[in-house]
Amino acid sequence: MAPEKLVRRFWESIRHIKTFIYRFYVWLVLVFFYAPIFVLMVFSFNNSKSRTVWLGFTFDWYLQLFKDETIMHSVYVTLVVAVLAALLSTVLGTAAAIGIAGMGKRQRALIMNVTYIPVLSPEIITGVSIMLLFVWSGLKLGMLTLLLAHISFDVPFVILSVSPKLRQLDPHLFEAALDLGAKPMSAMRKVILPQIWPGVITGMLMAFTLSVDDFVISYFTSGPTSQTLSITIYAMTRKRVSPEINALSTLLFIVVLTLLVIVNLRQSRDNKQPQRKEEDVR
Amino acid sequence: MDVISLRNISISFDGEPVLKSISLNIRDKEFITLLGPSGCGKTTTLRIIGGFTKPDRGDVFFDGQRINGLPPYKRHVNTVFQRYALFPHLNVFENIAFGLRITKTPEKVVRQKVGEMLSLVNLSGFEKRQSGALSGGQQQRVAIARALINKPRVLLLDEPLGALDLKLRKEMQGELKNIQKRSGITFIYVTHDQEEALTMSDTVVVMNAGEILQVGTPEDIYNEPRNAFVADFIGESNIIPGVMPADFAVDFCGGRFECVDKGFEKDEPVDIVLRPEDLTLIEAGNARIHGVVRSVTFKGVHYEIIIEGMGCMWTVHSTDYAAVGTEAGLEFEPFDIHIMHKS
Ligand SMILES: Nc1ncnc2c1ncn2[C@@H]1O[C@H](COP(=O)(O)OP(=O)(O)OP(=O)(O)O)[C@@H](O)[C@H]1O
Ligand SMILES: [Mg+2]
Repeated sequence: MAPEKLVRRFWESIRHIKTFIYRFYVWLVLVFFYAPIFVLMVFSFNNSKSRTVWLGFTFDWYLQLFKDETIMHSVYVTLVVAVLAALLSTVLGTAAAIGIAGMGKRQRALIMNVTYIPVLSPEIITGVSIMLLFVWSGLKLGMLTLLLAHISFDVPFVILSVSPKLRQLDPHLFEAALDLGAKPMSAMRKVILPQIWPGVITGMLMAFTLSVDDFVISYFTSGPTSQTLSITIYAMTRKRVSPEINALSTLLFIVVLTLLVIVNLRQSRDNKQPQRKEEDVR
Repeated sequence: MDVISLRNISISFDGEPVLKSISLNIRDKEFITLLGPSGCGKTTTLRIIGGFTKPDRGDVFFDGQRINGLPPYKRHVNTVFQRYALFPHLNVFENIAFGLRITKTPEKVVRQKVGEMLSLVNLSGFEKRQSGALSGGQQQRVAIARALINKPRVLLLDEPLGALDLKLRKEMQGELKNIQKRSGITFIYVTHDQEEALTMSDTVVVMNAGEILQVGTPEDIYNEPRNAFVADFIGESNIIPGVMPADFAVDFCGGRFECVDKGFEKDEPVDIVLRPEDLTLIEAGNARIHGVVRSVTFKGVHYEIIIEGMGCMWTVHSTDYAAVGTEAGLEFEPFDIHIMHKS
């Protein structure tokens, strides 16, 4: 064989090995992330209390979940708080985003940074500080405080989801509506809202997901009768060791995962559309 | 009867004066054009009339009533925006119907009126199209129909033809003029294209740097420009410095010429305007103005010839050809000489 050919073969095989290593690495990371959850899921169907030995398939743990009053109550609390928090924070966040969009450049930059801080700061700090605020103001920890806390950490995400939509908006649309006789509120409803609607819905889904998912902040701001699912799961791991936890965690994981997938799909779809529009203008 | 009057309107943005105490009266049912270079304050003037921008000082009158504080949705004025600003989530029909929906007009009337508007702007059959799926010219027409459906007293148009190609522009100029005549609505039109302004308007307002330089009919503005800026902006001009020694006489380029202007002070320094199309090419030998041909450009109907001589560059529009480098002379009549005060 000609020497060049040999050299080329050599480099080709090196490249193959490289690709293989890359792929392997990605899979390794994925396994690392998902193996615990996978094990948890598998054992939620295990016909035994054991967490190590597989003794056949059963749905029993799932059925027991629905008989457990503590769990069912926490599902109820979680859903009520998540739905209300999502709705209210969507209204507040959308209004805030519209207000921010109407500000001057410097003011807007300032407010947006302030909005980012709770998103980036450690949850435990947010949780403790909100709890201290409630204690200081004399509010009894319970459903209401839980709801208020959830709204406060949901709002920034709604703002961050709606703001880009507003930025893409033609600034003259609002004026055109006023020009044609619409009062400001009706111009908002008839022209601005339909344009930013995808961002509003994405923001609401995101708020709902975060609320269902949240543990740390809920832990500090809920009362004894208003425990969310994640708090109940945490409490269960301390008291009785039961495979119910596996079943419950599996369900929670699947719900949150589904919601996240929906949010991400919506976001990537939304991001594609405006680009196409901008090209049209040019 | 004036439908709109502006009195001493001033406005600054970030400390920069943009309109410097402008006053303007706009007659009912006229086609008036604000003409001026980019950034001179045309859009700002329109926005003040539309109610989108509040002037720092001065008053806006509508039918003799002061309307400074009146919000846009209460003014009998509608706007065709510079970039159309069609509602992207509505189809053509609903875009045009928007103003009627606001007033909760019965469906039957909406249908009938939108139908009328669509045929007025030649878009019948486009009802169901999304506004994004229209060409520039079609979007333009939807914007006009949408603004006209409320039967405003005044329509503001901000460079509505700016984004169209030349041929479509010419077509739309004619159509707009027709729509204006048929509807009897006052059009306040903004452009920086002098030809467009001259062909369409009843009145032209020439603006520069936040000031109104001249208001008049297209003929007035063209034939009697008030100063060198107006003369230069309205079509190409040769502007030459000179002196008026007496009525009906003017000195420039080392000679004395007969003219038709009077009423200047003795020996007042003036600007003389000679239009390129008023200059005639003649033999160099017996011409009072002569020079060397520096460039010749074919412009379709005529040649644009630049001649250097007598300390000036002369632009001439002529159907005759002159070769580069040859000697050429120029001739003109006394009434071709326009004389303006120095500004
Ligand atoms: N909202 C604003 N904030 C700051 N400056 C502004 C604002 N609106 C207009 N200006 C400034 O005022 C000046 C006049 O603007 P205007 O839009 O009225 O010009 P124009 O005559 O319409 O120009 P063009 O032909 O380019 O549209 C410009 O220098 C512009 O930068
Ligand atoms: Mg403008």
